Amino acid sequence: MDRYEMLDETTNKIRRHVIEMITEASSGHPGGSLSAADIVTALYFDVLNIKPENPKWEDRDRFVLSKGHAAPVLYSALAERGYFPVSELMGLRKAGAMLQGHPDMKGTPGVDMSTGSLGQGLSAANGMAIAGKMDKKDYRVYALLGDGELEEGQVWEAAMTSAHYKLDNLTAFVDHNRLQIDGPVENVMNPNPIGDKFKAFGWNVIGINGHDMKQILDAVCKAKDTKGKPTVIVCETIKGKGVSFMENEAGWHGSAPNKEQCEKALQELGGGR
Amino acid sequence: MIVGGGLTYTIIDTPNLSTAEIYGKVLCDLGQKHSDIVGLSADLAKSTKIGVFGEKFPDRFFNVGIAEQNMFGMAAGMAKAGLVPYISTFAIFASMRALDQFHTDICYQNLNVKIIATHAGLSFGQAGTTHHCTEDLSITRAMANLKVIVPADGMETANAVQAAYEIPGPVYIRINRGFDMKLYETTEYDFLVGKAVKLCEGTDLTIIACGSCVYQAVEAAKILDSVDGIKVRVLDMHTIKPIDREAVLSALQETRRIITVEDHNIYGGLGSAVAEVIAESGKACAFKRLGIPDTFSIIGLHEDLMAYYKIDTNGIVETVRELLGKDFEEDENWNDEV
Repeated sequence: MDRYEMLDETTNKIRRHVIEMITEASSGHPGGSLSAADIVTALYFDVLNIKPENPKWEDRDRFVLSKGHAAPVLYSALAERGYFPVSELMGLRKAGAMLQGHPDMKGTPGVDMSTGSLGQGLSAANGMAIAGKMDKKDYRVYALLGDGELEEGQVWEAAMTSAHYKLDNLTAFVDHNRLQIDGPVENVMNPNPIGDKFKAFGWNVIGINGHDMKQILDAVCKAKDTKGKPTVIVCETIKGKGVSFMENEAGWHGSAPNKEQCEKALQELGGGR
Repeated sequence: MIVGGGLTYTIIDTPNLSTAEIYGKVLCDLGQKHSDIVGLSADLAKSTKIGVFGEKFPDRFFNVGIAEQNMFGMAAGMAKAGLVPYISTFAIFASMRALDQFHTDICYQNLNVKIIATHAGLSFGQAGTTHHCTEDLSITRAMANLKVIVPADGMETANAVQAAYEIPGPVYIRINRGFDMKLYETTEYDFLVGKAVKLCEGTDLTIIACGSCVYQAVEAAKILDSVDGIKVRVLDMHTIKPIDREAVLSALQETRRIITVEDHNIYGGLGSAVAEVIAESGKACAFKRLGIPDTFSIIGLHEDLMAYYKIDTNGIVETVRELLGKDFEEDENWNDEV
């Protein structure tokens, strides 16, 4: 099995966790978690320079999940990477449990920024990237934004800032799954063309298929090699990816599968433990 | 409780400096001592006076442009990475435009960010009601993890800005535009965050004030003493959160009449904080909140507006005289319960 196949297998495991934990919680956001699964897996199992046994290691790469509602995919990756036991995943959204519906950096090892109020993550990532440069550290900062999230004005305040300060240690991903709660992003408030907008804001722009592991990793390498400006990787993705009845359905943005649907989804994903 | 950071100032070595200019000066000196301090502003570096820090430490100063929400988020990221950001904009923008980021990125995370908000209350009087800020204490007081400080003048600002560095976690300091009447001649007095300063002794009534109203309260106390023979206690309640419960309860027990004065809406600020302590004590008390009533303020010079809303010396004197004539239900077992 090559590097990409191994990562794909891990992604599949992550997707299974997403379905299982949201089913168990009876609430959560499967659609945007599944669309981002390949990106998050690439980061946690290949790209990020991290030490799960020391989550607060000063020199670690940082990851800000700006689309905080996709918390289940982050939690699954953190658990599989060893930040906490996989069994914790079943506590999602339960009273007093460690895993909130949106990431809480104070309660969950490995979470670099609490998020959930959309539009805010890139600003925080900018702050971390600037601090890294000031402290002469070579860690890199990654942020993952939703395409609907780009409707928030603060994203563009932050986008201007990243380019202004030439934050080439910052890479943003846009999970361009084309759907938000109320429907297709084009219909609700069209953020397209996304790449052109970032380009106009002074960013290096790379467009890829966000479900192709090789393309994701190649894009990250190109981002690392780009000096003097931040890079955004616009990832074409499918909301609900991997589960036929969830794919491209806005309704699965924030609703949980029942037991039967969960079984069917896991069957489709295959590759159980 | 936190004492100042060891730098001392007097009004002699800060002549002709407005309150915000003293903040700028202190931040520069503090920045010299602590290399982890960074400054941020949203195109108000000059107005808020954080610009002098930027001139001294250009590599540690970030002007994010007219983008307050982004500034609060960036400061959160910087604090998360170990820096100590001091961020400055007008109070109205700090407490409202960027409130979600203030709440979620900074207070909820308990991040080490110091928000120095200027042009507070009615101090930007002529600029118009969009630039007045008479709601920020109410708003910030509801933020868990946050300390809220309203210095009375330049020297107290110097103390507060230093103390903020020593306090881990978020601090909101609210200062005025322009010059405040000078109350303290030096920073060398008992300034402790969360502890009121007793400026006048008295047992007939207590005035609890913050910000620019403290000076007015002291002047009122002088008049009441010399003209009416009324002995008024004056407390400089510079910390709105956590409020000094002990000082309020002593005032309640020993004077049984309390007036609060603030350059802020009477809902949710100093007056409300004191009222909560009084109500929960179960003790009877003649009580009056002075501040901006439930209205958007008219415009004018700061001192004229303070007179209009009766939070100046004359307004306070008038209210004290009224309140001294007011009855309240006596509690026979008053002394037993203390």
